[in-house]
This record gives sequence, C-alpha cells and structure tokens, in this order.
Amino acid sequence: MTKEKRELARRQDKAPIATAWDYAPAPEARDIVKVQERYGLFIGGKFVEPESGERYTTIDPAHEEPLSEIAQAGKADVDRAVRAARDAFANGWSGLRPSERAKYLFRIARLLQERSREFAVLESLNGGKPIRESRDVDVPLAAAHFFYYAGWADKLEYAFPNRTPRPIGVAGQIIPWNFPLLMLAWKIAPALAAGNTVVLKPAETTPLSALLFCDVLRQAELPPGVVNIITGDGRTGAELVSHPDVDKIAFTGSTEVGKAIQRTLAGTGKRLTLELGGKAANIVFDDAPLDQAVEGIINGIYFNQGHVCCAGSRLLVQESIYETVVAKLKRRMATLRVGDPLDKNTDVGAINSKQQLEKISALVQSGVDEGAEIYQPPCKLPERGYWFVPTVFTNVAQSYRIAQEEIFGPVLSVLTFRTPDEAIEKANNTPYGLSAGVWTEKGSRILAMAQKLRAGVVWANTYNRFDPASPFGGYKESGFGREGGRHGLEPYVVLDDA
Amino acid sequence: MSERLPVQKTYKLFIGGAFPRSESGRTYLAEGANVARASRKDVRDAVRIARQAGAGWSGMTAYNRGQVLYRIAEMMETREAELATLCSGPAEVAGAIDRMVWYAGWSDKLAQVVGSANPVAGPYFNFTVPEPTGVTGILAPEPPLLGLVSRLAPVIVGGNTAVLIASEAHPLVAIELAECLATADVPPGVVYILTGLRRELAPVLASHMDVAALDLTGADGDGAELEKLGAENVKRVVRGRADSQSPYDIAAFLELKTVWHPIGM
Repeated sequence: MTKEKRELARRQDKAPIATAWDYAPAPEARDIVKVQERYGLFIGGKFVEPESGERYTTIDPAHEEPLSEIAQAGKADVDRAVRAARDAFANGWSGLRPSERAKYLFRIARLLQERSREFAVLESLNGGKPIRESRDVDVPLAAAHFFYYAGWADKLEYAFPNRTPRPIGVAGQIIPWNFPLLMLAWKIAPALAAGNTVVLKPAETTPLSALLFCDVLRQAELPPGVVNIITGDGRTGAELVSHPDVDKIAFTGSTEVGKAIQRTLAGTGKRLTLELGGKAANIVFDDAPLDQAVEGIINGIYFNQGHVCCAGSRLLVQESIYETVVAKLKRRMATLRVGDPLDKNTDVGAINSKQQLEKISALVQSGVDEGAEIYQPPCKLPERGYWFVPTVFTNVAQSYRIAQEEIFGPVLSVLTFRTPDEAIEKANNTPYGLSAGVWTEKGSRILAMAQKLRAGVVWANTYNRFDPASPFGGYKESGFGREGGRHGLEPYVVLDDA
Repeated sequence: MSERLPVQKTYKLFIGGAFPRSESGRTYLAEGANVARASRKDVRDAVRIARQAGAGWSGMTAYNRGQVLYRIAEMMETREAELATLCSGPAEVAGAIDRMVWYAGWSDKLAQVVGSANPVAGPYFNFTVPEPTGVTGILAPEPPLLGLVSRLAPVIVGGNTAVLIASEAHPLVAIELAECLATADVPPGVVYILTGLRRELAPVLASHMDVAALDLTGADGDGAELEKLGAENVKRVVRGRADSQSPYDIAAFLELKTVWHPIGM
C-alpha cells in the first residue's frame, strides 16, 4: 500500500460520514418572479394567441407542479413569426447604424444583469437546475454574452479581413433545455450583432426564461420583430427548419435531430450550424494534483445534473492511480447534496423531465446488465419530482452503451489506461468530438494531449469553463460552427469580396 | 508517315502515390483516350489510405507543408507544355501554377490569421487553433485544371488529405497533374485522383463514414442528394467557387480547437 493510499484509508476511518451532515434549508424566495398563468407567442414585439389553438403545460420538474400554459406554435404561427422577422430585417434593423445596434445589445446585457435574480429563480424553477448554478453561471454568462457581442456590432469589418460582412437575413434558432437562457444568449447575441433578425424556439420543457426575456426586449425598446420567440415541441422546430424564408438555421441539441436537420436543408443553400452531443473523455494522469482533479471530475459530470453536452462523462484514469482516484471520487460524491433546486446548498438539482429521467434510468440499467459495477452514494431524494442519484460505473468496457452513448445525466463511466497513446486512442474512440479534459502537471504533455485529442474544446487542469470570448463547438458528429468569440460571428454573416 | 511512332500514355488512377488501374479493370473513353474507370471499391480503398496518411501530413510542420505545395508548383511549371495541351491552354496552366504558389504561402500563416488568443474573464490562458478536418472528398469543377487546383490546394494546405474525383469529361489533365504530385514530395496517400463516372463514385464518397468533409463545388444536379448522404456523419459540406482564391476557402476545411489552462503560481 502506498503512503498516499494509507493516508486516504486513515482519513476515511476518522472522517464523519458525510450523509449525516445536516444543513438548514436555505431556499431562495420564489416570489421575486411572477409566472403568468398562460403565455402567447412573442411575434412582432407583442404576445399573440397561437393560431394553432394548441397549448401545453410547463412544469416545475422538482415538484411536478404546473407553472404555466404554453402555446404550441403551428405552421401558421411559425410563418407569422418568420414574416415579422423578415419585415423587421427589411424595414429597419439591417439598415440601422451598427453603433445603434450595438447599443440595443448593451442595453439587453445591462437589463439581464439588473434582473439577474429574477431570471436565476425562474431558470431553476422551470429547469430544475440548482440556484447556485443559475445564479453564478447561467445568468451572468448570458448577460456577458450580450455585452461581448454588443461590442462587435460596429466592428465587424475587423473580424473578417479583406471582406465586407453583411447580415444573412432571418435566422431560425432552436435551443435545448439544459441552459435555456444561456443558449438563448449564445444564439441571439451574435445574430443581432451581425444585423440579422431572429425567430427563436426555446425547448419544449423550458420556455419560461425565454418568455421573460421578451420583457427585457420591451424594456430595451428593441424594434418589434427583430426577435420573435415561438414556443412548442419538435413539430414547431421542424416547421421553422423547413420554412422557405428562413436564411439560416442554428441548432443546439441531439446529434440525431441535428442530422435530420442537415438532411432537410440539403440542397437549399441555407446556412447551418449544429452544436450536438458529446461523450467527452476526462483524462487523469498519475502526476496530476489528485484533489483538484477529483473536483474537476465532479464538476465535469455532476454540474447541471450532467445535462451538459460537453460533460466529462468518460473518466480515463491512469492505472497506477486508479484505486486512489476512485476512492477519493466516491468519498467526494457522498458530500453532494441532491435536492431542491432553489436551495442555495444544493449541488445536484432535479432531472429536467420525466422523459429524460426514463432515458437515464434505461441507460444506467444497461450498464448494470452489461456487467459494469455501479456505485451510488447514500442519498435521500425528495418524494415528488424527477431525481437521479449521482452515479459512477467502474469496470466499464469501451463497448458498453454507457461508454458509447450520451446519457445526459449524472452518470460517470470510469475506464483506465497505461500510456498517453492509449489514453488518446480511447478518448478519440467515439463519433463525438465536442470536448475533453486533461489533468497532469507536465506542461509538454498537456500540449501534446491537447493537440491529439479530436475535440473542439480541451480543458487542461480545469473543466466546464465557459466564456463569451472563447469559441465553443464540436468536431466530427458533435456538429460544426463555433459559438463565442470572433469565430462565433462567422455563422451570421455573408462575406462579400471587399 | 512520320519516322517514329510516339509512345502513348496509359491514363491510370493516382492512389497512395502510385498509378494503378482501377481494381475493376474497367476503362471509359474520354478525350480520345481509354481512361481508368474507378469502381466503388477504388473509392473505399482511397478513403482508407487517405485516412492513414492524415496523421503524417497534418503532423508535418506548416513550413514543410508549404514547401511541398510550392514543389507541386515547380513540377507543374516543368510540365507546363503538356498540361496546356490537356486544358484550355497556357493561360489556365499559368493561373493554376500561380494559385498553387499562393496557397503554398498560407500554410504557416493560417494559425495566426484563423486562430486567436481569447481574453476570458478569469485566470485562464485560452487560445484557439485551427486543425485539419480530416479526409475530404472533392468533386473537381471545371475548368479541369484551374478548377481542380482551386479546390484541392485549400484542402491540403491546411493538413487535410483529399480524395478527388476528376472532371468526367476532361480527366486527362488531372492525371497529368497527378504526375506532378507524385514527383513533388507529396507523401503517398495525401492526394488521390480518381477518374470515372461521377454518378457511380460520388455517392460512395458522400456517404463514407471516414470522410469528414465534402467539397461539392463541382457537383451538378446531384448536389442535394450528396449533401443528404453526407449528413449521416455530419460532414462539413462546402459549395465554393471554381475560381476562388481565399484563406476563407482554407478555413472551410478546418476545425477550431480551443484550449483552456488555469493561470497561477
């Protein structure tokens, strides 16, 4: 037994059992946000009733309680939204002085900052994510995104040397339920900065922050029709994708739907960017600072209940430190607090929907059936709502479904490697290529690994960091196009010869 | 009657640095010559070897890759007369040679122009670098030499490997160009030139799971169908211009990788 392992065993014996720790509840007040009983579609600067006449109920996944009645936009509604966006594009927005466009975006950024608590509470209420994350990550980053792209609006010619950039027209944008407001910001900010107008469809289960965002647009006095928000399920998205007057589609979601969109758009000449699934490897070498690495592993997979396309869902540990890392990991997992998303102590919130919970459960069952060893810390879950205990699998073979498929939940698969080459081989052995993590103290090894990993984002000695100035997007079947940074403007401009 | 009977050339495929006939043994008549008619299996073999060649080519220093492209231009210059007889003439050849030289000079400037250092709001060093996408399928557009070079050069200068289907009607100049490539220190497998029937070969290329990107600039009516096939592995599909010369054409075949590392003592 190495010295380190002995020390670990000693500490484990003496430390109190984590689950016995009791916290006083510290819930964030939810009365700061007023959720309306029903919402229409935000088209041409005002809420309108859906012509489809269809509605569905959006819920709080932590309590399975209804929050509001949401419009299901049909074909005629989508058409109406696209016409409003086209009209706004042709009659004002695209011809507006870029410096004025910039100021609208700056206003939106400021308003989001001012109303950040409201958005944070709503995001946790409707999506199930811990308030600590929506308060400290989602909302501030969304505001930062608008602030960042605001500055680009009147500087586009510096982003594209020897070209004259002009807007594409109407952008149809479809976003997922894992970071509803942040994904809205990732989509809308660069589109508007470049002079386009937008029809955005939030995810079926998480429409509320996008609908509250319409009030920010009102306060910012954004001209009507520049941003239109239409709600609904996949049928609404499909109508938007196939609408003939949409010039560009930006989609974030599953690889399966992304491929279907690419097929639909084939031959139309419409522009497309896709940010799809992932199955990232988080690679830990034997010289890594292990306690930091364990924090990174935890953050990598349990952040936002693992509802993260770039989640570090495959842990690759060098064999010589395998037992130590797994022991430390299990110990740390026992301290994760699962429960009320609005409680400021909560680390892992509610699973976003019943459907997602079923998908996670099925994949976890497949892991057990295929022969992997499951560990779940003792954990008391609330009686109502959708919950899943943070889970880790050891003895995982690369062929298992839990090592191949995107689970999109708090489930980690641990694999081992001996040499850097083997780590690369295993890390790249996936059709995905969104992100990867590397933990080692050796600088040259970090750079060599970063070079050889086929992934759009590589986090070295950190994980799950995001910034508006940092391009994000995938290799291979994780999609194409980048969001964030100067590169994030490119999907929203036509580049004429200077 | 002349005193000496000229030796005629057999026009073959260019695969893995060699000039084999089609594995099918078939030929078709184009421009008065029997040209190899590649089979579906030839396409699959080409993709397999192109994939293997990718690591070596993209692992070369950018300076070296630039020199290889420049060397292609040198070889084209020495075969200027032959090339000219197989395309629209000396002006097209001159344009193609100059374009190759232009792209050669881009290899070691791309990362600076396309990449970036990103000022994130936190103690992290963050940078973005371009990397090759992988095996790229190209349907070469007309004109047969300048169109081909205009689409091939931006693909390979960024470190990708290419499987190119030559103009069906005018394939001879493509094979002549392959002879330049073979003597220009282009590592075997980096460029494949296949001749044959487009409708037979293009769908195999477009649907191949090891092809990462597709240049459909030379596609005719079948572009939409090929694009649809390409969606199966989320191929990057490019429809450029047959006569363009631009770093944006190179960037279309590059992935962007962003690396984060904490800053601290």
